[in-house]
Amino acid sequence: MHLAVALDGVGWHPAAWREPRARPAELLTARYWVDLITEAERGLLDFVTIEDGFSVQSSRTDQVTGRLDAVLIAARAAPVTRYIGLVPTVIATHTEPFHISKAIATLDYASRGRAGLRVKVSRGAAEYAQFGRREPVEAVAPLFAEAADYIEVVRRLWDSWEDDAEIRDVATGRFVDRDRLHYIDFASEYFQVRGPSITPRPPQGQPVVAVLGHDSAPYGHDAMLGHEGVLGHEGVLGHDGVPYAPGDDNSKRGLGLIASSADVGFVTPRDAVHARDLVRRLGDVRVLADLVVFLGRTVDEAAARKARLDERAGYAYTSDATIFTGTPGQLAALLHQWQESGLAGFRLRPGTIPDDLELITRELVPRLQAAGVFRTHYETGTLRGLLGLSRPANRYAASRIA
Amino acid sequence: MKQIHLAAHFPGVNNTTVWSDPRSGSHIEFSSFEHFARTAERAKFDFLFLAEGLRLREQRGTIYDLDVVGRPDTFTVLAALAAVTDRLGLAGTINSTFNEPYEVARQFASLDHLSGGRAAWNVVTSWDAFTGENFRRGGYLPQELRYARARSFLAATWQLFDSWQHGEIVADKDTGTFVTHEATGSYEIEDFFFDIRGRFNVPRSPQGRPVIFQAGDSDEGREFAASSADAIFSRHGTLAEGQAFYADVKGRLAKYGRTPGQLLILPAATFVLADTDAEAADLARHVRRQQVSGATAIAFLEQLWNRDLSGYDPDGPLPDVDPDPGEHTIARGRASVRMHKDPLAVAAQWRAKAEAENLSIRELIIEVTGRQTFVGSPATIATQINDLVQADASDGFILVPHITPGGLDQFAATVVPLLQERGAFRADYKGTTLREHLGLEAL
Repeated sequence: MHLAVALDGVGWHPAAWREPRARPAELLTARYWVDLITEAERGLLDFVTIEDGFSVQSSRTDQVTGRLDAVLIAARAAPVTRYIGLVPTVIATHTEPFHISKAIATLDYASRGRAGLRVKVSRGAAEYAQFGRREPVEAVAPLFAEAADYIEVVRRLWDSWEDDAEIRDVATGRFVDRDRLHYIDFASEYFQVRGPSITPRPPQGQPVVAVLGHDSAPYGHDAMLGHEGVLGHEGVLGHDGVPYAPGDDNSKRGLGLIASSADVGFVTPRDAVHARDLVRRLGDVRVLADLVVFLGRTVDEAAARKARLDERAGYAYTSDATIFTGTPGQLAALLHQWQESGLAGFRLRPGTIPDDLELITRELVPRLQAAGVFRTHYETGTLRGLLGLSRPANRYAASRIA
Repeated sequence: MKQIHLAAHFPGVNNTTVWSDPRSGSHIEFSSFEHFARTAERAKFDFLFLAEGLRLREQRGTIYDLDVVGRPDTFTVLAALAAVTDRLGLAGTINSTFNEPYEVARQFASLDHLSGGRAAWNVVTSWDAFTGENFRRGGYLPQELRYARARSFLAATWQLFDSWQHGEIVADKDTGTFVTHEATGSYEIEDFFFDIRGRFNVPRSPQGRPVIFQAGDSDEGREFAASSADAIFSRHGTLAEGQAFYADVKGRLAKYGRTPGQLLILPAATFVLADTDAEAADLARHVRRQQVSGATAIAFLEQLWNRDLSGYDPDGPLPDVDPDPGEHTIARGRASVRMHKDPLAVAAQWRAKAEAENLSIRELIIEVTGRQTFVGSPATIATQINDLVQADASDGFILVPHITPGGLDQFAATVVPLLQERGAFRADYKGTTLREHLGLEAL
């Protein structure tokens, strides 16, 4: 079973920052993030994702506001961790694929092969206004089509240097063999990029690309105030930044992008049956189910904590993902049961940090290990290796030889 | 005594960097950056500096392969270096043409938080469609607008940095107040280049904003620096040129209400260090030959001539033909070719020099390029550096070693202690932020 945690501030519940052990005043420090990622590594997790966005999270003075760039958090943690994968969120709609490609390649160098990225799109008008480059795009399909092109460009740029392009041939004075550097010459209706990258092919060849996709409008979405929530008067956003609209053609949303472009797909099944359906539709991708978790040593303790958080927030927390409230033992049983559906694993969103994070790494993981479904030591030092993905051949090297 | 400021420039993708030497290591593995940064911090340097180029250089229509090629993403490698250093400033070049103010401000504010106040930004401008081909926004910027956009870009990022004040995050669990008011980070920017508004989502960083560097040498570039920069990365390292540049730029500060201490002049400087002056001189000649191979000499000549000269023998005389004065097409993505404002006149000078001194193409190029700033024993170099700073030719130097990653080690071990003994360079860091190292007031 593959297991990841989704790190976002002090946890996914908007009142999490008021918990006794929360460290809200340290959210903007390196030490805070290194502590979290080190804790996840202590639990032998496959990787952490780091949420990001270009808007403030809340317009309320009683909720967390402000965040650091996710790629740079991952980079700061890379030299002081050894095994855990680092998967920051990047927003395809507003950023340059050339910049992101070399940033993730550099993260792969700094982490010696543990980089990934989670790609999301942006539909909130507030984010468009911070860039001022284009009018907000209302339709979802073109945003995901653009994101697919974005991922294609990022991937081609990683391959634009063959692994053996650096030759240092003193006799001819050549540092590189330019025949092993490639223009990518990508052109679509969204953008054109020439290449090659300025950064040599990263250690993993292709760092891991992850995408979150939703199958249907989650119930209760109108109560999702606060967390990546209300932005001005635009309405409610999902965790991929796309407003939930029951009429959308889901095949044109994130699930399609997972199938076309990702190595890892995050999905939000309602139950094991739904999970089986999603796995079947996504084909040859590592499918991880997202769950928000509120854990306690007893059922009552977990429920009481969730209730206390909801009371502080002033509303019952809801999510695009299924919310689990219970003991680590119960969660282990649920994961085991869901995994039978063919899921490769889970991305757990801790309701609070550090409490739920530590219950994952210190209570849940030992139970999964005891059941024989989770690793007892890191078997490799690369993220592709942890996920059972081989190092891919370079698409341009193949074409050159042919 | 005036205090010297020293910085370490990670060896760049140009022929100053000698990759053919057996001691030359990787230019891309993180361990090289870590080695270099740790040396600089051990020597109590002010900061480490990274250059940037957003498209691989080309010559004669193909990728230029004679120098080191390939480098990391600036922000990412600096954030990673923050993990393996504690006090060293982390300075990077970021282009104001192929980026957006909101994203760059976020990245620098994040880097400043993650490094505890050690971020610095060398603001560069460019306009060329050649580099723009790598970006979705393309290369639309007319050359004459590049400084206007840079000024506007920098002003926009300052407004973003200043949209948060220190102390606005309260995080009081008992009262439930996280921030002091509902609209923290609000801003609105509207000018010729940018029309952006909203709320900046990175609260104020330790330094308030990154230290700002400027590297342009034109009148416009100097004015830009005098109005907005904290330091200039100059190329005037000799006494007379340095003093003239220093006086010129510091003289421009008053009209912006600034004082001389608010803008540091830091020329780039190369060095060749050995136990004795004589050994250093021999070594310097050897290094210059490593830096200018026959192929490199022809390539340099082509950059001035703007012609394909691949048929010429580098060990033979200069071409009889004159440079092509037309539009420059031979070497793209390379800033240095723009420095040749009058190719015909420069070619005439080179030809006269080659004839007078009986120099081959390679010998000539060795003579006219790649001159080391400091050559000598540790005592000689320490004296030269200190004399130049005390004579107001600069406020210090950005040292550019020619070997990666160990090219700074000997300097750190031998020259720095001499400067410390003379009381001209810090024995240890006194502050934690780069602004403190540079003697700049807190914002």
